[in-house]
Amino acid sequence: MIIKNIQTAFFVLIALLTTTFSAFAGHGSENGEEKEAFNAGEMIMHHVMDNHEIHIGPLHIPLPIILYSSEKGLDVFSSSNLSHGEPYLGYIMEHEKIYFVEEGGDVVRDEKGHINAAKPFDFSITKTVFGLFITIGLMLFLFITAAKGYKKREMQAPKGVQAVMEPLIIFVRDEIAKPSIGKKYEKFLPYLLTIFFFIWIGNMLGLIPFIGGFNVTGNIAVALVMALFSFGITIAKGNKDYWMHILWTPGVPWWLKFPIPLMFFIEFLGFISKPVVLTLRLFANITAGHIIILSFVSLIFIFNNLFGAGGGYGVSILSVAFSIFMFAIELLVAFLQAYVFTLLSALYFGSAVEEHDHAH
Amino acid sequence: MELLTILLDMANAYGGAGIGAGLAAVGAGIGIGRIGGSALESMARQPESLGDIRTNMIVAAALVEGAAFFGIIVCLLVVLLK
Repeated sequence: MIIKNIQTAFFVLIALLTTTFSAFAGHGSENGEEKEAFNAGEMIMHHVMDNHEIHIGPLHIPLPIILYSSEKGLDVFSSSNLSHGEPYLGYIMEHEKIYFVEEGGDVVRDEKGHINAAKPFDFSITKTVFGLFITIGLMLFLFITAAKGYKKREMQAPKGVQAVMEPLIIFVRDEIAKPSIGKKYEKFLPYLLTIFFFIWIGNMLGLIPFIGGFNVTGNIAVALVMALFSFGITIAKGNKDYWMHILWTPGVPWWLKFPIPLMFFIEFLGFISKPVVLTLRLFANITAGHIIILSFVSLIFIFNNLFGAGGGYGVSILSVAFSIFMFAIELLVAFLQAYVFTLLSALYFGSAVEEHDHAH
Repeated sequence: MELLTILLDMANAYGGAGIGAGLAAVGAGIGIGRIGGSALESMARQPESLGDIRTNMIVAAALVEGAAFFGIIVCLLVVLLK
């Protein structure tokens, strides 16, 4: 009985303590210093988009900037040189975009205040690239350890990392690959496993708070590349029946195909829409989830600005509760988006290699 | 009447992006609600195919949600690129 009461008291204490964090947000503006008003939109966009340095609390970790252009060649330096908006080595950075700038000269700005100059190729290690490396490192560790375990413990029960990975790999094989692709599923299994775990781990990485906010899979370029890989594999592995279904659909009246290829147009739209929709689904789901969670947290600061510290305190209880709820949903969404991407890719592969028995 | 005018003005601010996003959310709600409803009904009719129905329900819900997110992203682009 005493233990139960202590647990309840502990949880109530934690809940009260977390709600007091809003008080620290209030102190800055109460001091009467020159402090900018909290701009929620800007903060959210800054956290969701890519960045050339990692912010962990008050710590700014600069990441290497790697630029290439035909005029100046390769330039590699730390992003702390460019982070204050000053030109360096003929480059200047504004809103995380790097432009060329003349020596000691000003940049040309258009009517909206944006810089109007040429840009070098930016191959920098940005926050998203760093998150990619973390994901890849974790995946390599998990899979190589599991493979070594299988080699060492042949015909024995799995142990350790191997035991964690085995039900997941079997899930991908038996629930995603085999039912969708059929007999020839083995060749596609490495790719399906890779994208399943990459998307899942990338999604989860974006959910960890306080380490700088990595938005790996919520970056449209990352999602686009994965969708293009799936697209490329369906094109490469499509057999004759697959292409005939797109170009000259069997079983359809000839006048839909001959003078005006209406059937081909419809099939082509479906063909092109698949990678586009795969990309958008993953990118939009993950980015929207991050924006929702960040919005709930910034609600505390907005109420603080509007109604003073009391408003901040009051709304922080609701805000923290809703944030926890959204985090739980986002955990489910992380797994679900990986599952749906892999399942749809497997279905497309299956339709590409399907053997139709033509009853003529 | 005044309140309605003010609300419509705000929602119409960035080229109707607010209304667009709201409609996308309504579409997603209706679509996924129908999917969930028919899935639950068929699970009640035939409890032994629970796992299969659950899997297909998740797939269909993800596809419908994809369409809704397309609308939301377009509205977000309208706001950001105005």
